[in-house]
Amino acid sequence: MGLVITGASLLGEKTGDLYVDDAGRLVDEAPAGAEVLDADGLVALPGLVDLHTHLREPGREDAETILTGSRAAAVGGYTAVLAMANTSPVTDTAEAALRVLDLGREAGLVDVQPVGAVTRGLAGEELAELGLMARSRARVRVFSDDGKCVHDARVMRRALEYVKAFGGVVSQHAQDPTLAGPTSCCHEGELSGRLGLPGWPGIAEEVIVARDVMLARHTGSRVHVAHVSTAGSVEVIRWAKAQGIDVTAEVTPHHLLLTTDLLTGYDPTYKVNPPLRPQEDVDALREALADGTIDAVATDHAPHARHDKEHAFVDAAFGMLGLETALGVVRTALPDLSWARVAQVMSTTPARIAGLADHGSLALGSPAHVTLVDPAASVTVDRAASVSLSRNNPWHGRKLVSRVVHTVYGGRPTVRDGVLV
Amino acid sequence: MRHLLSIDDLSVDAIAEIFETAADMHDVQRREVKKLPALRGRTVINMFFEDSTRTRSSFEIAGKWLSADVINISAKGSSASKGESLRDTVLTVCAMGVDGLVIRHPASGAAQQVSQWVDAVVVNAGDGMHEHPTQALLDAYTLQRRLGSLEGRHVVLVGDLTHSRVFRSNVLCLTKLGARVTVVAPPTLMPAGIAAWSAAAGFETSYDLDAVLPHADAVMMLRVQRERMSGGYFPSAREYTVGYGLTRDRLATLKPDAPICHPGPMNRGLEIAADAADAAQSVVLEQVSSGLAVRMSVLYHLLAGEES
Repeated sequence: MGLVITGASLLGEKTGDLYVDDAGRLVDEAPAGAEVLDADGLVALPGLVDLHTHLREPGREDAETILTGSRAAAVGGYTAVLAMANTSPVTDTAEAALRVLDLGREAGLVDVQPVGAVTRGLAGEELAELGLMARSRARVRVFSDDGKCVHDARVMRRALEYVKAFGGVVSQHAQDPTLAGPTSCCHEGELSGRLGLPGWPGIAEEVIVARDVMLARHTGSRVHVAHVSTAGSVEVIRWAKAQGIDVTAEVTPHHLLLTTDLLTGYDPTYKVNPPLRPQEDVDALREALADGTIDAVATDHAPHARHDKEHAFVDAAFGMLGLETALGVVRTALPDLSWARVAQVMSTTPARIAGLADHGSLALGSPAHVTLVDPAASVTVDRAASVSLSRNNPWHGRKLVSRVVHTVYGGRPTVRDGVLV
Repeated sequence: MRHLLSIDDLSVDAIAEIFETAADMHDVQRREVKKLPALRGRTVINMFFEDSTRTRSSFEIAGKWLSADVINISAKGSSASKGESLRDTVLTVCAMGVDGLVIRHPASGAAQQVSQWVDAVVVNAGDGMHEHPTQALLDAYTLQRRLGSLEGRHVVLVGDLTHSRVFRSNVLCLTKLGARVTVVAPPTLMPAGIAAWSAAAGFETSYDLDAVLPHADAVMMLRVQRERMSGGYFPSAREYTVGYGLTRDRLATLKPDAPICHPGPMNRGLEIAADAADAAQSVVLEQVSSGLAVRMSVLYHLLAGEES
């Protein structure tokens, strides 16, 4: 059967056709009788890879499932997502990881790659069975207690050492719990002072980032910083990279575009962890993404049932949707970023960090994971139109630049003209 | 003004109007029959998600003297912990047919959020560390009765600013009325970003009570919760008193006609010495009776004009 994608501009550069064989791989000539996907005027990117997704299954299937989250991912142009471990039960065993992997395969819209917990039950005390998760069919390589920080320096050191045996990486949610506790919900600054909201100071992130890059240097291991949110963290990471320390970092779309002053009306839609920061931090994050200090954009897609957001601000759940809008937000926040760089930060580099060899490339012989984007379009986000089960969408009513038109996953269109196939 | 959520909702003229009505209400308190028909047939619910005796009873009496049907609901403990959302909790209460909802909640912003969900008039009776607008109104009303206009008068607020909704509402209200405001606290009890905030809002900050106090035309002592010590905000009650308490020695440096305010409940011996609390220039009890008059006025302005 095969597929021919015609007329797309590859990475926004030269225009050409992409050919996919019966096995779903990119090849150099059109297979006979192939289906044609017209991509005239569209930009072709390697299928997007999200290092940081919350799919809520198992445990909170009322907020999202692996199937509905996969749909949101496909609509957003993703062909692989890493599903965070903070489900109920926690993904801290090989069995739990396999279940996520298999439910993802059953959904069949993107590769759902489980992230393993660093510590048992995310309690921050004993290491989870990292090796068994790594050796399982799920081949877990990214470990994270995301939602919680691995705050004990000794535990973090052991985790970094241990994962070296199988080329793993620890993705750290950097939040010193003594400087920013569970109620901390607003960037600590003038606004938190005025609003009387418990502050979440940038320093609570920065001290952990600084500690962890030193631990990475000491252990000779690899650390990944999840959702970097402050200029200070950027400075530390820039320094660490200059020292040759093996550190990578991601930034969320919302930290590239939204600022803390959205909290003025106490709308929990804008409550997220780490919190939205002031414009100075947003500027530093954009610059860091452009200059390579930050390696990847990761959504931190965090669906929540409506009633979990309809509490007083400090009691409401942290998190916002992100999968369907990520590319549009990046194009809106950084209109000058080249498509080649977009492909790097949203596909190639996240695939490399996560050890997903089948993703992140349009090279011949690779599985045909392709995202086709209309660069000239713009979309006004309507939260009711989302395919996610949740509606905690901070982008509602905003106009975002560019539009994902088709998503091709393993040679098969999962999204055509913006609609799930 | 549809709700009273923040002092920011009020213009200077609106505050003057509230005070004018409050003065009339004050006269009612001296009558033998303390009852006006203004809110007859109206239902006011005092919904308190946090313990309170004085504010709740003040609102209750204020509503009753205006002939409203007043119902107190104690909903202590966050609704989150009970599994019900705040929205469901207040919608349930309002479905009973409520004209006014007086709400006290331990979370900042709760009154503002609730006002977006319900049709009833919402009065913020204290939301977390954010605001307590009727307290600020009664404080300013009390001071005006003592000092005349607050224009150019120097009011000093002392205490736990970080956790104080009384401070936040007062700084808005007093600066709006033209007072010069200085807030005094140890650095650990000053909110983050206060330097930028005070510069923008036009008030002053100080760590040195002794330097500020002799120039005060009025002083407002804020309650310091003993729990803050375990949070490491200051080392001991004794040390706090030495640095920031209105002690007998400091009282001597205060202008003799400068009113001493305290929103209560007072920690005698911690932030305020007995000599200061009971001094002739203390207006602590006057604040309570003013509070009633101001709350009557607020309820009247928000609810009496409305069609049922």
